[in-house]
Amino acid sequence: MTSNIYDNFVASLTQSIHEWLYHVMPPTWALISEMTIIGLVFLLFYALVGLFLVYAERKVCAFMQNRVGPNRVGPYGIFQTIADFIKLLMKELITIKNSDKLLFNIAPFIVIIASFMAIAAIPFAKGLHAIDFDIGILYVIAVSSLGVVGILLAGWSSNNKYSLIGAMRSGAQIISYELSVGMSLLTIIILAGTMQFSEIVQGQEYGWFLFKGHIPAFIAFVVFLIASTAETNRGPFDLAEAESELTAGFHTEYSGIKFAFFFLAEYMNMFIVASIGATVFLGGWMPFMVHGWDGFNTVMNYIPPSIWYILKTGFIIWLMMWFKWTFPRLRIDQLLTLEWKYLLPINLFNILLMAFIVLMGWHF
Amino acid sequence: MTNNQIMFFIFSAVIVIFSILTVTSRRILRAATFLLFVLVSTAGLYFMLRFNFLAAIQLTLYAGGIVVLIIFSILLTSHVGAKLEQPGLAKVIFSALTALVGAAVAIAAILQYKFPETVIPKERTNIEDIGQALISTGKYGYALPFEVISILLLAAMIGSIIIAKKRKD
Repeated sequence: MTSNIYDNFVASLTQSIHEWLYHVMPPTWALISEMTIIGLVFLLFYALVGLFLVYAERKVCAFMQNRVGPNRVGPYGIFQTIADFIKLLMKELITIKNSDKLLFNIAPFIVIIASFMAIAAIPFAKGLHAIDFDIGILYVIAVSSLGVVGILLAGWSSNNKYSLIGAMRSGAQIISYELSVGMSLLTIIILAGTMQFSEIVQGQEYGWFLFKGHIPAFIAFVVFLIASTAETNRGPFDLAEAESELTAGFHTEYSGIKFAFFFLAEYMNMFIVASIGATVFLGGWMPFMVHGWDGFNTVMNYIPPSIWYILKTGFIIWLMMWFKWTFPRLRIDQLLTLEWKYLLPINLFNILLMAFIVLMGWHF
Repeated sequence: MTNNQIMFFIFSAVIVIFSILTVTSRRILRAATFLLFVLVSTAGLYFMLRFNFLAAIQLTLYAGGIVVLIIFSILLTSHVGAKLEQPGLAKVIFSALTALVGAAVAIAAILQYKFPETVIPKERTNIEDIGQALISTGKYGYALPFEVISILLLAAMIGSIIIAKKRKD
């Protein structure tokens, strides 16, 4: 195991904060304040990443369509999303007659809490994660499957036909594609032999799983990209909010900050699936190292792990944005055919192939 | 009170309150949402006991799977303003009695059971153990239940396809 100069820094920082808190207050309060600090850090992170991703999406979209994109507020328009966010905060929250008000108000929170729970398990660097479950991947799959409940509730309680159609489409889509996401991750679990994120990253020290598992891992990666794009309701699978047919789908009736919650959760879900993809297939925060090339490895180790993590996640996010602005939207029957007739059988066969390769020891 | 006890009381309070709301709510989708909260808190209890695998399965299957299917079927069949009718007096009395008897049996069983010393379960959930248990035919093997459930699900699936199929005539 190569030692990384940045590992000690993160470990000692968190350790000293931990010790200081337990030093100045009784254990219960120290625990509560630790949880509060982590929660606040994640909230801040959430807001920053959300704002940045919205800006990035608009810029990427603009460049794909040969436009300039936002360029008025601040240099290169980087403050555009902050201005938009302030505008959203000040908008009126419209309450609709004849809607189920309780469910209408709960729905955005269910969506955002689900993505919040998922982000807790993601490792940003060695030792830099809120919780390191021994069932990490399963946990993330489990909590991210709760988000669809919020979408269904939002569509139904709005008492609007467009919303309801959007929610139905989204429900059918997420239930179907969850399977493929889970199975493509399962393929890598077979190779890794563990579901714990820290061990999965550690196992990719000399070769990311995408290279280690060669053919089946590559198939799993492609399937994961397609299925996770669909699971986050992004184009070309955005029929749940197809603007041209359903105005805005399940969140048509939402305004102001409640709409912002849906909007933010969508971008954060994209960030989360990209992080999982980066962690499971591309080695997470692990630098690119080759066994035996010690000089090369030392140079790579000088780049902090979080930078590696951000670069890999950013790459997958960029891929997903590229999909959105390149492919036309699928019809609902094409969507379901793609999942049930192509991705699922490919996945099942791929798991067998991976198990066979692991048994024969053909991976490296 | 230790932190664990506080968390236990929070989870149990959520479970009890939302269970009651689930059966008393007259709007069917609200009942389904309350059921979701009950199932998520149950998963919280499992996490507290460090049965991480069970907790994650509870979240995936019950909260993410079954509740979503229930909500989906409500979406297809019911309207936003629809409320369930108030049941008749005889029905209310009979179901209250049934619930009380059920609760009495459960409480009696719990009170009689002498809880042994708490055993802290293994820290790690080893996926290899889970995989071996799932396909083993020996003691504590789940091969037979697994296959039986598979056949049951297959039968249910074929049945629903036949019901949903368009008839030629």
